[in-house]
Amino acid sequence: MQPLALIISGPGSNRDNDVAFALTRAGATPAIALIEEAVNDASLVSSADLIVIPGGFSFADALGAGRLFGMHLELRLGDALRNHVERGRPILGICNGFQTLVRTSLLPGSLGHNNGGSFICDWTQLVPVSQKCIFTAGLTEEIHCPIAHGEGRYVVAPSELVVLEANDQIALRYAGDNPNGSVGNIAGVCDSTGLVLGMMPHPENYVVPRQHPRHFRGHVGNLGLTLFTNAISQISGA
Amino acid sequence: MAAPLRLTLTPLGADGHSTTLLHDTTALGHIGVWSIQESRLLLFHDGLPQSVQSVLLGVLADPLLETGAFSHEVAVRPPQHFVDVVLHAGVTDPTAIALHEATRLLGFDVGHVSTGRHYTIDGHIDPTNLSRLVTQLLGNPVIERWSINTPIAAQDATLGAVTTEAEFVAIIDASFDDLELVNKQRSLHLDPAELQAIQSHYRALGREPRDLELETLAQTWSEHCAHKTFRAAITDQHGKAITPLLRQLRDCTDAINAPFVISSFVGNAGIVQFSPHRTLALKAETHNHPSAIEPFGGANTGVGGVIRDILGANAHRPIACTNILCFGPADLDPALVPDGTLHPLRIRSGVVAGIADYGNKIGLPTVAGAVLYDSAYTANPLVFAGCIGEAAADAPPLTGPHIGDRVIVLGGRTGRDGIRGATFSSGTMDATTGEVAGASVQIGDPITEKLLIDALAERHDLFTAITDCGAGGLSSAIGEMAELLGADVELMRVPLKYPGLAPWEVWLSEAQERMVVACASHALAALKQVCDRHGVELTDVGEFTGTGRLVVRHNGVELLDMETAFLHDGRPQRYMTAELPSPNRASANVDELGAIDVGAITLRLLAHPNLASKANIIRRYDHEILGTSVVRPLTGIDGNSPSDGVVLARPLAQTGIAIGIGVNPWYGITDPEFMAHAVVDEAIRSVVAVGADPSQVALLDNFSWGDPRRPETLGALVAAVAGCCTAASAHGAPYVSGKDSLNNEYLGTDGQRHSVPPTLVITAVACVPSVESCVTTDLKSAGNFIVMVGRTLPELGGSHVAKVLGATVNGAVPSPDADAPVRYQRLHQAIRSGLVASCHDVAEGGIAVAVCEMALGGGLGVELTHTSHADAAIGLFSESQSRLLCEISPQNLDLFLTTTHGDGVVLGTVTAEPFVTLTPGSTINLEEIHEAHHGASAMKSLA
Repeated sequence: MQPLALIISGPGSNRDNDVAFALTRAGATPAIALIEEAVNDASLVSSADLIVIPGGFSFADALGAGRLFGMHLELRLGDALRNHVERGRPILGICNGFQTLVRTSLLPGSLGHNNGGSFICDWTQLVPVSQKCIFTAGLTEEIHCPIAHGEGRYVVAPSELVVLEANDQIALRYAGDNPNGSVGNIAGVCDSTGLVLGMMPHPENYVVPRQHPRHFRGHVGNLGLTLFTNAISQISGA
Repeated sequence: MAAPLRLTLTPLGADGHSTTLLHDTTALGHIGVWSIQESRLLLFHDGLPQSVQSVLLGVLADPLLETGAFSHEVAVRPPQHFVDVVLHAGVTDPTAIALHEATRLLGFDVGHVSTGRHYTIDGHIDPTNLSRLVTQLLGNPVIERWSINTPIAAQDATLGAVTTEAEFVAIIDASFDDLELVNKQRSLHLDPAELQAIQSHYRALGREPRDLELETLAQTWSEHCAHKTFRAAITDQHGKAITPLLRQLRDCTDAINAPFVISSFVGNAGIVQFSPHRTLALKAETHNHPSAIEPFGGANTGVGGVIRDILGANAHRPIACTNILCFGPADLDPALVPDGTLHPLRIRSGVVAGIADYGNKIGLPTVAGAVLYDSAYTANPLVFAGCIGEAAADAPPLTGPHIGDRVIVLGGRTGRDGIRGATFSSGTMDATTGEVAGASVQIGDPITEKLLIDALAERHDLFTAITDCGAGGLSSAIGEMAELLGADVELMRVPLKYPGLAPWEVWLSEAQERMVVACASHALAALKQVCDRHGVELTDVGEFTGTGRLVVRHNGVELLDMETAFLHDGRPQRYMTAELPSPNRASANVDELGAIDVGAITLRLLAHPNLASKANIIRRYDHEILGTSVVRPLTGIDGNSPSDGVVLARPLAQTGIAIGIGVNPWYGITDPEFMAHAVVDEAIRSVVAVGADPSQVALLDNFSWGDPRRPETLGALVAAVAGCCTAASAHGAPYVSGKDSLNNEYLGTDGQRHSVPPTLVITAVACVPSVESCVTTDLKSAGNFIVMVGRTLPELGGSHVAKVLGATVNGAVPSPDADAPVRYQRLHQAIRSGLVASCHDVAEGGIAVAVCEMALGGGLGVELTHTSHADAAIGLFSESQSRLLCEISPQNLDLFLTTTHGDGVVLGTVTAEPFVTLTPGSTINLEEIHEAHHGASAMKSLA
């Protein structure tokens, strides 16, 4: 049976369909639930093999990126999500989903305004680092995918950064130019279990070769899809 | 009033936004600002207990990112200044709304909150300059209030008493002069003949019109809604009658009779079908006047409005946005900014941020566009916003409204924002417009519109008709839907953002993010369920009656009762006179260019603001979302070179669509007819260049012009429409929708009128039959040939080479090329057959600029060995139409030349060495090209 992937959207999440397509391509069966539905029907979270918090501008980010959505998740679904992780099941937060998860107890650090001062849409290459993170473990090749964010500068207290490094929790780093001023070129971090990953770039927007901007130059890069297939194969194998 | 409790949240460490802000102060001249620090400001008017303050700090101030502090006072140390800027009472405050939701989750209430920004400014700044800094850069009086060096006080939120009774306006016995007085006092912007038609109508009824009836007529009959000029009976200077302009465009489309057109020139958008399973809705709009006085809000709601047009076209789901922006020079001397207008830099910052904010948040890729600079746009910036939507081809057509259907308002609540926008945008602006028209600016809320899209996309079968609330608000939306049946509406039911709105304000408000649908009573519960699920507010405000009368009540009291027939068909046709232009079409005298260094000129062209890279703007827009971008607005090895058209396709689909833009006001100044032809050709050429099928192209026309009541301005419009029609007919590309924005004029305090140049934007949307066969503009391999298809003539009128030389080159603007349609068909065959490695259309700056852009994109050099014209400078810089440069491999060259029937001329070869040799003695290197294209003129900063 294919793993069930639950995408939890807040009002203003907007890459929910993109990530649903990526999950399908990666061999999972995705379902999109609005936050109210996930709160009202506990079986949605409890039956999910994988949970994704998608990109977008939840609650218009009016109190800061991901802040209000993070409060909803922490105060209304916090126990259910922690329970999900305790049962060995992964959670992925992409872009606004990452910004949301750092507002909860699930991920460390914070995401500030890009050091350039404005939103930026561009392509990046990511080095998979963590061998603990279920999404990046075993990957060696750089992953290509776009970024599209205004608040993607990863910030963490220096002492905690040392711990993250020591614990193999740096999941992804930008190769080459650092697009937003993130400390240590960090593009994604995972929690201490390796099950919860937050990342700013959008692997869900590079799941077929022709989505690459240099496709017509004959470019074949490592798909963002790899991250999804990597995690899903481990869920399926479990 | 006492200063309220304030919470300031200040970013820690280097703050890119504040740096950008400091850079933007240069638009004001040297006023002595050393640094600016922006903080978020929240005012708690009812105070807060200490315990709640601590909880809020924990929630709102992330210790990794910002410091937060509650206070009643602000401590400053001279030469430090501070400024508080907050939204006016009544303006939608999303931060306050979100804060209330957050505190509700936490289980307490923070009472009345308003939010804004707090600026700490260091420097020796005199009071006058400090005030200029605030009015021109930090705040906008239209939506905000501020205080300088004093903590901002609470605003008296007491609202004036509301008149809910109808006032009768005495017009039936009025003299002509008195009618004009009513017209002016009420800002109706009606023509004399229209005033008289209204007077006659009410004379026949034997009663005076009520104020709401008069306002509704003024909105419905406004230039903005009724397109009076495009429907007018026009005679030229010789007394010859000219077919009404809209008729000409429709006739042109009818004559082309393209099989893919489903619906043209009716409803909110044009509808076409390029594939068996899906239809596309296409629309482009202007939002010029609002963007001039409140750039962020104007552009923001321009995007929101055109997206709703697509939703209003049989509920198509939006899939992509476009925009074309025209600004004054970004480096304009601040002393030259006209009274009552903003500096172009400020306008550009606000407009780009407004477009990015709406498109990015609503979750649509902003994929195609153009940015133009000219001093003529200083007081009249132009903002064109476009949207494309798709729907299943087998979606049942909407056949309503039917008698008995309910009138349903969906989405945002109604406030005092954007009142009288239709009539406002139909008038001329002057130094006082910003103050007078304050209420005309709408405030955007993309998330509410996103929810509306999701709700409408879920069920198509629950409503029988749909339209958006745009200019004129409910008066236009319900008025249009009720045209055949009539309706009875109760304004008390309309949900309001805050109390205190007079009924006329509810009826005319252009508050954003609202749609009106007709819904059968039995389907209402199901529709409500869908809306509840998505958090969309649904309100039943009345019924489509079948009486043929539009009746509006407030608390049961009748405020308006009109025959819909008079409202929609009672307007007398406008009679207008046009002075047709007689352009100089003689070829330019080549000597006018004089002796020039072609390498240096090429670099200056690449650095010209109109041709320099727009990457810093384009990257502010998300063009990756939905995963459909195949050819992006930027391309090449480093993803920073310009594309021609863009291509969108679902990730697994074989076919896609291409979008191309054509615009060139500079040709229009001297020859509006050939300008229009050139602009249509450019839009089509752009989509052909990426691989679209030239026999499946649909066009959108958008005209931004000056006051058409001036005969020569109307003459230029008539000539442009003629050019539009000949070009479209030649290419077999029909118009499916259009929009005109006239009266783009500014009345200076010197009494001079400043008009925009004739600005026609053509958007081409075309079928790409095979996405994998698409080509981009960047060169691929050394050793390939550069082949031009087309012909080069000495056409330098309105050209950019003339601009950079500062030369008055009088000659002809580029003329139509009768061979273009067949050329594009053959080129398309060659592209589909895989014969073309890269392709770039030749436009502003001519072959010299096009070849440099191709080289830059590929990181390769070019050696031009042949000129496209006997005179080398003409060959390089002429802007003759309908030409493209193709990169062809040696093994494909013969077949390409055969396929294009000898239309192609080999101009040179691609080289591995990073040099572009333009003529045997003139070589520039890629580094210089890069520096010119991405250097000083390309934007380094945008607030």
